[in-house]
Parts: sequence; C-alpha cells; structure tokens
Amino acid sequence: MSRTLVVAGHGMVAHRLVEALRGDDVDGTWQVVVFGEEPRPAYDRVALTSYVDTWDAAGLALPGAEYAGDDRVELVPGDPVDAIDRQAKRVTTRSGRVQHYDALVLATGSRPFVPPVEGADLPGVFVYRTIEDLDDIRAAVERARARRGRPAAAVVGGGLLGLEAAKALRDLGLSPHVVEMAPRLMPLQVDDGGGGLLNRLITDLDVTVHTGTSTSAIVQDGDRLRARLGNGTELDVDLLVFSAGVRPRDDLGREAGLDVGERGGVLTDAACRTSDPHIFAVGECASVEGRVYGLVAPGYSMAEVVAATLLGRDAVFPGADTSTKLKLMGVDVASFGDARAATEGSLEVVVNDPVNGSYKKLVVSDDAKTLLGGVLVGDASEYNLLRPLVGEELPGEPAALIGPAGGGEAVGVEALPDDAQICSCNAVTKGEINEAVHGEGCDSVGAIKSCTRAGTSCGSCVPMLGKLLAACGVEQSTALCEHFTQSRAELFEIVRATRITTFSELIAEHGTGAGCAVCKPAVASILATLGNGHVLGGEQATLQDTNDRFLANMQRNGTYSVVPRVPGGEITPDRLIVIGEVAKDFGLYTKITGGQRIDLFGATVEQLPRIWRRLVDAGFESGHAYGKALRTVKSCVGTTWCRYGQQDSVGLAVELELRYRGLRSPHKLKAGVSGCQRECAEARSKDFGVIATEHGWNLYVGGNGGAVPRHADLLVSGVDTAELVRIVDRFLMFYVRTADRLQRTAAWLDELDGGLDHLRDVVVDDSLGICGELEAAMAEHVAHYEDEWKGVLEDPEKLARFTSFVNAPGTPDPTVAFETEREQPVPVMLGVPEVANR
Amino acid sequence: MTVLSDEQQAGSTVWTPVCRVEQVPLAAGVAVLLDGGLQVAVLRTAGDEFFGLSNVDPFSGAAVLSRGIVGDVGGVPVVASPIYKQNFDLRTGQCLDEAGVRIDVHPLRITDGVVHVGVR
Repeated sequence: MSRTLVVAGHGMVAHRLVEALRGDDVDGTWQVVVFGEEPRPAYDRVALTSYVDTWDAAGLALPGAEYAGDDRVELVPGDPVDAIDRQAKRVTTRSGRVQHYDALVLATGSRPFVPPVEGADLPGVFVYRTIEDLDDIRAAVERARARRGRPAAAVVGGGLLGLEAAKALRDLGLSPHVVEMAPRLMPLQVDDGGGGLLNRLITDLDVTVHTGTSTSAIVQDGDRLRARLGNGTELDVDLLVFSAGVRPRDDLGREAGLDVGERGGVLTDAACRTSDPHIFAVGECASVEGRVYGLVAPGYSMAEVVAATLLGRDAVFPGADTSTKLKLMGVDVASFGDARAATEGSLEVVVNDPVNGSYKKLVVSDDAKTLLGGVLVGDASEYNLLRPLVGEELPGEPAALIGPAGGGEAVGVEALPDDAQICSCNAVTKGEINEAVHGEGCDSVGAIKSCTRAGTSCGSCVPMLGKLLAACGVEQSTALCEHFTQSRAELFEIVRATRITTFSELIAEHGTGAGCAVCKPAVASILATLGNGHVLGGEQATLQDTNDRFLANMQRNGTYSVVPRVPGGEITPDRLIVIGEVAKDFGLYTKITGGQRIDLFGATVEQLPRIWRRLVDAGFESGHAYGKALRTVKSCVGTTWCRYGQQDSVGLAVELELRYRGLRSPHKLKAGVSGCQRECAEARSKDFGVIATEHGWNLYVGGNGGAVPRHADLLVSGVDTAELVRIVDRFLMFYVRTADRLQRTAAWLDELDGGLDHLRDVVVDDSLGICGELEAAMAEHVAHYEDEWKGVLEDPEKLARFTSFVNAPGTPDPTVAFETEREQPVPVMLGVPEVANR
Repeated sequence: MTVLSDEQQAGSTVWTPVCRVEQVPLAAGVAVLLDGGLQVAVLRTAGDEFFGLSNVDPFSGAAVLSRGIVGDVGGVPVVASPIYKQNFDLRTGQCLDEAGVRIDVHPLRITDGVVHVGVR
C-alpha cells in the first residue's frame, strides 16, 4: 500500500526532491502530490535574468518538471497549500482541496525582502523573483517608453540579486541606478577593495551606483516616481525594483505551530525534519539546525537528504560550502572560505591591478601557511584551484598564487590534497578522481566524467581533470592512430591548407605506413567535406568503411539495407507505393526508422544499383543512412495541421534537410524541428534541434539520444529563418572542422574549452572572425551537392564494383539465405560462426 | 609486383584463374567463388602485394572480408572485417585482436596478369 507525500511548493528544490525520490523509489512506495503557487511547473530561477533575452518561459524550463508519463506524481500548479491540519495529517489548498498526507515537505522558498519604506506599495514599484515579476517590469518599461522614449529605473539592493535585476533592466535597454545600503556592492561576497573595483567595472556598464545610502521614501509624481535616498539624492524614475535579498516563507509552518528559527525559516534537524516528525522543510524556507541558506546547491542537498529519509535510509545535511563564483554583466566575481578575514589573526594578501581590472585577495592564517579564503573580482580564473586549498597548507608564497603568472602556473594540481573538491557541482574530490584513474583505469577526461560525474554539470573543472590525468602520468594522446600523430582536427586543417586531395599523398607527407581502418575513413570524411568529387571516385573508394563503400548499411549477414531520403518525413502516397513495390519486387524486409523514413533490408551487393535505379527514377535520392553525415531532420506536422503549431515545422525541416544533405562530418548528424513547445519532434535529443515559438525559432545544439542521452542546449532564441540557417551553417562547419573522429556534437560540446559560452562567442558573436569563412564553406557544400546513388548509376566503372564475385558477376552470395518471420524475410545464417558474436 | 603465398609444393594444389590484376584495386579486395561454394577474398595492398584469405569473417559468419579496409597495423599487412572491425594478418590469417582465431590462407599465383587462386 503506497503512502502519500505532499510537497508544498514547486520551485527548483521541490523539483529536485520529487526527481530524487521518484528516481530511487523503484517499488513505488510513495504517491506524490505537489501543490505549487506559480502558474507553471518549477523553472530555472537561478537563470531568471536570461528570460529577458527571449521572453520565452520555455527557455527556463527544467527537464522533466512536468512529470509527464509518471502516474505516481500529481502536479497542481497555481493552487498553493493554505493550511496544515497536523492532527488529521491533511492540507487545504487555496482552491479548497483537502489532501491527506503521510509525509509533508515544505518547500515554499523565499519572498523578496521589501524594506518598510513609505511608498513601497505604489504602482511602478516591483520585486524580482518570478517570471510574472519580469513580465510586469517589462510591461512598465514599455508603457514608460511609449510615454517618453527612454525610461529611467532604479534597483534597491546592490547584492547578487540587485545586480541581477540591474542586468535585466540593462538588457531592456535602460541605464539603471543601483542603491546599496552597505558601503560597497555585493557586501556579502566581497571586501572593500573588491567592491571598489566592482563598482568601477559596473559603472563602466552604464549603471549608476549609490552605495552607503538607503531609500528613505518613494513618492508618486504624476505617472513617475521620485525615490529619496538617505544621502539627500533624489532619483526621478519610471519604475523601481526592490531586489534587496529574500526572507524565508515560513508562515505555513508558523501557523501550524511548528518551531521556527531565530532568523526565520522552519526549524529542522540535520535530516531536515521539523518539530513534527511527519513534516520536513527544504530549501530557502528551512532553517537547518538554525541556519538558512539562500543558494540553490544547499537546497538540492536538503532535497536529496529528505528523499533518502523518505525511502528509509539515514541521511543528514552535510552543511554547505557557500563559496560562489559568478559572472555578473560579464564581470567575474568569486569568493570562498573566510572571504572577509573574520578569523582572528588572519592576514590578507592583496594583488590589485586596476589597469587590467582585476582584484585578488587571499586570506591566510597568522603564520601565512594555511589558506583561509579569498576574493577574486574581474578575473576569477584561479578560483577552481584555490577553493579546494581552503584549510590546507599553501604550496607556495601566497602572493605568487594570485600574481600575474596566475595560480595555475604557480601551483600544480599535485599540490592539492586528496580531499580537495575538484568538482563542486557534484562533490567529487581529487582522491576520487585519482582512484578512477588508477583503480578504474580511466585514461581520458571523458572516462573520468562518466565514472565520477566530475565536470558533467557546469564544466568549469574540466581543464583541471586534464591536468590531474597528466599528473597521474596518463598521457593523453590526440594522435588519430599509429599512422598519424595529428588529431583529426589538425589533419583537417592540413588538408584544407595544403589542398591535398588523396590519402596516399597525405600519409606520404604527414604520416607513416599504409593506413588502417581508423585513419582511412577519417581522412575520407575530411576529403569529402572539403569537396573532392564522388566519395567512390578513384582512390577514395578504398578508404571508405564498407557502408560508405557500398552506399548502404551492411547488416549482420553481409547484406545491405537501403534508406531513401524522405526530407522532413514528408512523403506522397505515390512515393510510398514506389517504396512498397521496390521492397516487394526485390524481396526486402521493410521497417519504419526512428528518423521518419523507411529502411529496406536484405539487399545483396548486386541488387543495390538495380534498387537505386528504381528509386532514383521515382525521384528519390540517397538518404545517407550509411554515412557519417546528415541523416534526417525529423519534424512534427506544425502549423500545417496541428491546432497548437506556431510555425511551419515541416517546411523548415525539409529546407534544412535539403541544405545539409550529404555533408560529411566526424560522426552522424541528426536534427529535428518542432512546431511548438510540446516538442513532438524530440528536437532537443538531436545534434541540432529547432523549436518554434511565437517569436521565431529557438536553436538547440549538442543533444543526443542513445546510451548517453543529453538534452541539447539553447544556442540562440527567437531568430528568423535566415538567421537560423546562418547560425546552423556556422555551427555545423565549426563542429566538422574541430571535432575528433566519431565524436558526436554532444561529446564535442562537453569537451569544448569554454563550453556553450565559447561556442556562442564563436558562431554567434564571431569572436574568432571565422564566421564568414564557415558560411562560405557551407555555401560551397550546398552548391556542389550531388546524389551519390545517381553518381554510381551514371558511371560504368563504379557500377562494376557492385558484384558479389569478381569471377562470377551476377551470382549472388550463396551463404545469404532468408526465412520468413511475421510475414517478412529475415536473415538465417547458414554457416555457424567459429567464434561467438560480440 | 610480387607474388606471395605461392607455395612450392604445387603438386596437389588446384589453381583457378579468377580475374585480371587490374580488377583488384590497390589497397582493396574482391571476392571469388570457387567450385563447391568456397569463397576467397583476394586482397591487394597499397604496396602492390596480393594475398588470398577465406572470405568468411569468423566472428559473424558473413562472407565479407573482401569488403574490408586493407592497411597495416604495427607493420603487419591486414584487412579489417567490415562487421566488427577485427584485423587479420594477410600473410597468416591470424586475427590480431583474438589470439585463438586464425582463418584459412589461400596461395595466389599471377600469370600473364591473371590472378589464380590455389586450393589444396
């Protein structure tokens, strides 16, 4: 008999709790009911400011937060819990629903703190917490803009949240004022020196900073507001945003008589259990052993603790590292450990470089031997190396660690102790990584990632993983194989620069030996991308893997399968009939593929050209199912038929498939286009996926299904078709040039130095100045595309290779035989293999 | 052009002409069908040496080795099975990836530009 868990609130932490519980509750012991206040499922509130880029709430969606298809979770948005009856163990929601619980988790989060200032409730005064708050701010900005052109705005609060709000206003085209009561910006994270530099860097971004003063009153003046500051300044603005911190929402717990912490928050023990053993509290509304945490990472730990407890395991909140590293309006800010030198006798070592705009401070023990904490502003590149050293003996002179040469130069990863946390997102220590290398035999960054999860979240520690491998004595060779010391990307550049057109020439000049099954297909792919005629032309034919060599997919009995291109999955009845007739006439097994096309199995080598002849005559062409090339662009029916479609997804899918067909790449490329946010084309599981919004297209990249699924990341949003195509052109060419052999875009993006931000810099903002070149290369590909099947049919020499036996042309392979299963031919192996299949 | 595997004890060997040398591309192979259904992969290296191996991939049972990529691994001339990619030594039939697996080798003889396969 299953028990009922009620979760009050559906923010990021509540979602993590449900996810963790459902992930582990294999026996289904809990039925979960989640009541949320906001009108939508939990979303990425940490990234709230990015909503201004697209005004598309889907961009903030958390994967799986709707629990679609999970009948053990009922999500009720827009209907918060209003009261708890602890005796009866039931809650009442705002709509009047009464729900029994066996366990209740309070995850009601925080409310924005609005200081008791006269006029704080006037129209034009906002807070900054939810998507709806941002919608309201946007509407106010637009109204003011209609009245007088350039509106003015002020933010009360110069901490993390205040600067986020200021960024949002800047992204709306305003030049906001920021009012902070403390003598510096981000008073909790940085010291006066760092705050001074931060003030300068932020002011350079067109923000007017007022520190050391409060807001004493807000007065309405027609349709404008006047904000009076404590220092006598008066700001004349159209809108004002309070973003001066948050307070735990503990009212539900208070009213139910639960104990509350001294500084607010529902008081819990280390297992996040409140004074009522059936009620837990997690996230920002909880006061765990008297301490309230305003960051998401500790909230996630609490969620996991409660999920484990509910499943009968012992778990306690391990405490949280409140170190932070973030980028505010492009300015790096990091603080860790005892950043403000509160430890008695501690010493501060400061390197202030106003010219380059960086401020770095280390706090060390009185004997200057132990690192206690630090602050980095303007350049936080040493953060990953320094944070794990907190509480440890310093490996060198403190000043050298933050000097111009940088910590990376001054301290090697060898200096880090084994318990130093390398990946703070997933709490992986240096010792665990060393164990993965020595004990589990991990010999690459990718292997470490899948073994330990280090580097799989924000990715900032990935360079450290490489250094740790090197420190363990693992050499990471980028050589393609024994014949080439170069990586695939290097060979690509060599071929591009030298205009070498054959494998023989390339291996003679840049490699050794005769080549192998690794380097030959890789070079064949490079030659094909750079346009060297038909893939079976001249020597190229012998470089190809068997699939490419016969332009079909070899199956387990040595026969091939044939997949004609069906762009976007759209096909006429007449063409469907042709495929059916071909299959019937050649005795082929047919199956619908996952990429919205039809696969014809069981063709022998000599049948292939005859099958193609029939298909080509009916207007089909190769679907490149055999190639490391663009496969399909899957689509939903979009506006053409669907009641919910927002754009013509089929039209775009057809256009993209025809544009990129035949493009040879390091691995196969899959794509998808969905006509609305329901995402029926599963575009986010593709190498590039497009999702329609009412404003245009959102482009996602680096997705993957298969054994290691990865949701694609949003690269750009709200673009029109021309811009979309331009960015896909650049993205694909950049990938084709720089990826390793057989590296899908997902793995490539994970290993790309600088990750998604770097990719966006390169292919959207053209930081390397190569976009013109990438687009030209794609234009070249598009202009010279020709159907490979037709190329064979038109050339007697190529055609002659399609025989099973050189001494008996026309005789099929006698070892190939079929039997009938479910009314279709399937292979039967005549000879028993001498060795078991693997 | 050199001819390898042309064994000295030709006495009991039956030689069958199968194709002209130019029908076998450099660094590639072709399959031949002999009496009794025996299939031989005739493989030609980039250095223009000819080898004859059983065409049947022992790991899958499919007759496909003539369609593998011809190259070298550690200096050993090899063909890679197109099914699961194991390499086979062209001279001995020894599988490089699995010590206990070896496939049949067939001697070849080239006369007047014609490739002959020998079966003992």
